[in-house]
This record gives sequence, C-alpha cells and structure tokens, in this order.
Amino acid sequence: MLYREAGQFKASYATDQQIFPIRQDRIAVAALTALAFVIVPLVADQYWLSAILIPFLIFALAAVGLNILTGYAGQLSLGTAAFMAVGAFGAWNFVLRVPGMPLLVAFALGGICAALVGIVFGLPSLRIKGFYLAVATLAAQFFVVWALTKFNWFSNYSTSGVITTQRMEILGFAFDTPRAKYFLTLTVVVVLALAAKNMVRSSIGRAWMAIRDMDVAAEVIGIPMLRTKLLAFAISSFYAGVAGALYAYCYLGTVEPEGFNLDLSFKILFMIILGGVGSILGSFLGAGFIVLLPIFLNTVARPLENLLGLSLPPGLMSNLELIVFGGLIIFFLIVEPHGLARLWQITKEKLRLWPFPH
Amino acid sequence: MSFFFEVLIGGLLSGVMYSLVALGFVLIYKASGVFNFAQGSLVFFAALTFVGLREHGFNSALALLATLGVMIVLGLLIERIVLRPLVNQPQITLFMATIGLSFVIEGFAQLLWGANVRGLELGIQDEPIEQITTYTGMNVSKFDLSAAGIAALLVTGLALFFSRTRIGRALRAVADDHQAALAVGIPLQQIWGIVWAVAGFVALVAGLLWGARNGVQFALTFVALKALPVLIVGGFESIPGAIVGGLIVGASEKLAEVYLGPYVGGGIEGWFPYVLALVFLLFRPEGLFGEKHIDRV
Repeated sequence: MLYREAGQFKASYATDQQIFPIRQDRIAVAALTALAFVIVPLVADQYWLSAILIPFLIFALAAVGLNILTGYAGQLSLGTAAFMAVGAFGAWNFVLRVPGMPLLVAFALGGICAALVGIVFGLPSLRIKGFYLAVATLAAQFFVVWALTKFNWFSNYSTSGVITTQRMEILGFAFDTPRAKYFLTLTVVVVLALAAKNMVRSSIGRAWMAIRDMDVAAEVIGIPMLRTKLLAFAISSFYAGVAGALYAYCYLGTVEPEGFNLDLSFKILFMIILGGVGSILGSFLGAGFIVLLPIFLNTVARPLENLLGLSLPPGLMSNLELIVFGGLIIFFLIVEPHGLARLWQITKEKLRLWPFPH
Repeated sequence: MSFFFEVLIGGLLSGVMYSLVALGFVLIYKASGVFNFAQGSLVFFAALTFVGLREHGFNSALALLATLGVMIVLGLLIERIVLRPLVNQPQITLFMATIGLSFVIEGFAQLLWGANVRGLELGIQDEPIEQITTYTGMNVSKFDLSAAGIAALLVTGLALFFSRTRIGRALRAVADDHQAALAVGIPLQQIWGIVWAVAGFVALVAGLLWGARNGVQFALTFVALKALPVLIVGGFESIPGAIVGGLIVGASEKLAEVYLGPYVGGGIEGWFPYVLALVFLLFRPEGLFGEKHIDRV
C-alpha cells in the first residue's frame, strides 16, 4: 500500500524518462539527501563524521566507479586501489606544482590522470576477458604502486613516498574541520553518484550492459567495442581517482603509495559484490556494510570479552575478525548472491503489496 | 656469459616453485571452473600445520601424514560447505567466495598456530652444488634443484593419475564438459571433492618447499599472487602450461631484475611478471596452452 505506483500517470516523455519514475522513490531520495546534508552534520559527532561517514562516502564513490566497470560493463578489475592512488597523487601534485590551482579542479584533474592510466591498462580488455583480464588489472595494481614508490618525483622527493595533503580551501573557505570535510565529500559523492545513475540509463550505459551480457552480440548490433570498453575503463578510473583524492584529502590527510595496496582493491570489490553488482544503490549499501562490519565486530567483541571475564590478546582478536569477515562474505554469497541491492528490491516488492499477502 | 646462465638457471628453478602453486589453481579451475584464490592460503595453512605439528613433538613422517590428512579433509570441507551451495553461480561469485575463504583460512591458521615466523628444515641445504661449480663455475642451489625434482615427480604423478586411473579419467571428463559428464553417470560432486583434496595435497608440497625457502610466515600467502602471471602465460586449463609458464616467468623475472632492474631503480620483480603476462595476452589471449573459446551469438 505504501509503495505503490498506481495512479501515477505519465503524460509526457519527460516524466516517463525521469530518473526516479515513482513518486515514493523521489520523496525517499530527496529525504535521504536532506538527511545527509542537514540532519547528519547536526547530530553526528567528530568520531562518526571522520571515522565512519567520510570513509563510507569515499568508498561508496570508489565502489560506484568499480561497479560501472565490473557491474555494468562486465570487465572484472582488481586494480581499483591503483587508480585511487593515481587520483590522490595526481591531485596532490597539481595543487603542489600549479600555483593557485583550485582544489576541486585538482580533484577532477587527478581523476582525469587516473582515467588516462585506466585507458592504458584497459587496452588489453579488447583482446581478453574474464579472469585473464582480472590478472591483467593486477598488473596496474602492482605497477602503479611500484612507480609511485620508486620515482619520488610523485611525492616531491619525500624519502618514504609519504605525502601530506595541503590545506584545503575553496573560495576562501577552509575545509579543516571534520564537518566541513564531510560536506565537501558528500557534495562530490552526490553529484558523481547522480551522474553515474544517469549514465547507466543512457545510451552509453545500455551499450555497457550489452557488452557485459555478450560482447560478440553487442558488436554485431553495431556497438563500437573499442570506444565503449575504453570509456568504461576511463569513467570507472575517473571515479576511483576522485575517490582516491578524497581519500587522501578528506579522510587520511597523509597517504603513502603502499596504502593503496591490493587489500584496498579487494575491499572495494567486496563492496560491490556484497552490495550488488550492477547497481548504484548497491555500491552504497556494500560500502556501508564493509565500513561498519569491523566496527560492529569490535563493539560486539568488547562487551563479550568483559562478560566472559577474559582478555583476548590483540592478535587473536584480529584473526577472529578475519575469520568472521571471510565467513560473512561466504555466507552472504550463498544466501544472496545478488547482493544487498536485491534484498532491497525484494523489500520493495513486499512493500507494494503490504499489508495484503498477494 | 656464465653469469647469464647462472641467473637463467636460478630463474628457471625458482619458476618451478611458482609452477607448484599454479598447479593447484589449474587443477581446480579445470575441473570446476572455480578460480581458487584461496590456494595461497592453503599453501600457508599446510606449511604452518606441518611446522606446528612438528613443534608438538611429531616426527617429520608422522607430521607429514597428519598434515596430508588435514589438507584433504579441508579440501573436502571447502567443497562441501562453500562451493556446493554456490553451484551454478557466475564465476565471479565463486571467485569472491574463495577470497572470503582465504580470509577464513588465514585467520584460522594463525589462530591455531600463532603468527610468528618459523623456520622449516627439510634436510636439504640451500647451498651451491660443488661439482657443478667446479666444472662450469656456476652456482646452482642444491635446494632449488631438489625442488625442481620434486615438482617433476609431482607433475608426473598427477599426469599418470589423470591418464591411467578411473578417477583421473572421470576428472578429465568433468573438466571437458560438466553436463556430458553428469549424463554418463559421473558423480560430479564426488569428483569436485577429490579435486579439492588433490589441490590440498599440491598445496602441502608447495607449502613445504616454499616454507623451507622463505620461512613459514604470512607472506607465504602472497605466493598465490606470483602464480597468477604463471597461469596467464601458460593458460588456466593446462597442467603443462603451468609448468612452462612457471619456467618462463621465473627465468624472465630474474633476468629482468638483473639486466633491466638497474636502469629503473630495481624492485621490478613485483610487477614484471604481470606486464610480461599482459604482453603474452596481447598475442595469445588464452595463454600458451589454454583452450581456445569460440564465441557464438
């Protein structure tokens, strides 16, 4: 009853093609955005903002990027962290070396650097697919981290390759509190996520999905393989790059190339698998899940520890966390291989009929 | 020139070690289409269990047998608990499941045996063989040579197992075509269980050799990453491919490090195999010995 599109008539093509065709969806999205922009900054404390919400948004952005490539265009990638690194170091170098470089432009340029690197490593995708491609993207992962560590021009000749981000200022307003950083991250993420949502339902998104479902068939019906695949790599890497820049500027402040290792790539891959492959919403759900899970495990373990009156050694704790994390991933894959986004879809269908059974 | 050959031989022999790990991947991929990312963790787990059992007073032979038993049971369990419920899922889902599995195994291994680095003594010294050094002036490690010998033995054994035994033939049938194999009455799940058990055995051999080489430590799990370019060069479905790929990767990686490394500041061993694999892929998208897939609309 609550979630029912009955009575919502579409009288023009414009209303038929709008991004959220159902009124309840529009209300929900507007409410969520308002919540994120107004209520959250008012209630959330420093810890929530800088340890949970900001990384959640950044990872969600990276996951959206990977989802474009893997979920929509069907090209499995294990090199997301490398593209994030390119974005982070790119943006940092632009701010460092170009006087008066506006921050957001630097972010975008960092993203474009990542996109270019993405195109280079996406080239093999024209010949290979599946796991062969996944291993090829590993080449990007290892090569980029190596290059950033080895050639310390990228980190302005700091001995360890570590960079500390500059002070952030846009139009004279300094972004130095967690709240301000949250606003900046949120704005970038919302804009890019909306762009992605629109992209995947435009002709290019349909071309990606055609290639994902069967590339030979797609080529036969006239979709340019080279352009479409490379565009997927470029846009996905752009998203990852911007996410990387935000990761460096708004979340950590100090990053080193080694921080963008394979583990991070896997983490983002987990996000889209658990959230839902081929779903923008799923990227957010998955990111939330992966960010919250370790925190949740910790909060559960502490009282449990006190309750049982034993103090676990920290090594044991981290191993248990590893086991639970891996176990949960397997569990989720078994019970819901299509991810959290699918659960949400099922909920929507139930809501449509509720409170009637049929 | 003798230096070149020394590097080459060293590379080839270390390549054999990569092949050992790659072999585990190939076995499972061939039979069930699962790209088993947890193979590296299995290697780690096997080595750690062996060392741990020895620390608890088992002698080597007994520890070896016990570890073998553990690995086989583990393989069967993985098949039963993780993969059977995921039958018919897309490959990427299975792949993700094995990544999750690798976390579980790593955590469990360290929980059980602790996380400190241990040495593993197999009774083979890692020293140059004197006869070869005196005749040719090259240093060839005794350990590397024995490892290569063990790998050759293992591959021969597996090849015989696959071609001469009833189970082996069933395995090949499953690898060729799941449905056809089912149709002629080959119990698919039993076969998969066996494959996982064999992969556990291969992981044990690899774990012992790698553990003796580098010490039994968490870094053993990264061995799996070294095996991936080997797979690409050789092809995912081919056992000879894993061996040849390992040799190519091992040799070229060492040669590149020695001759190319100094120009770019060294440390290229980490990514060179991948770039090499990429170049291979551009010319042979299925690897050297992989099966050619024909796409039909």
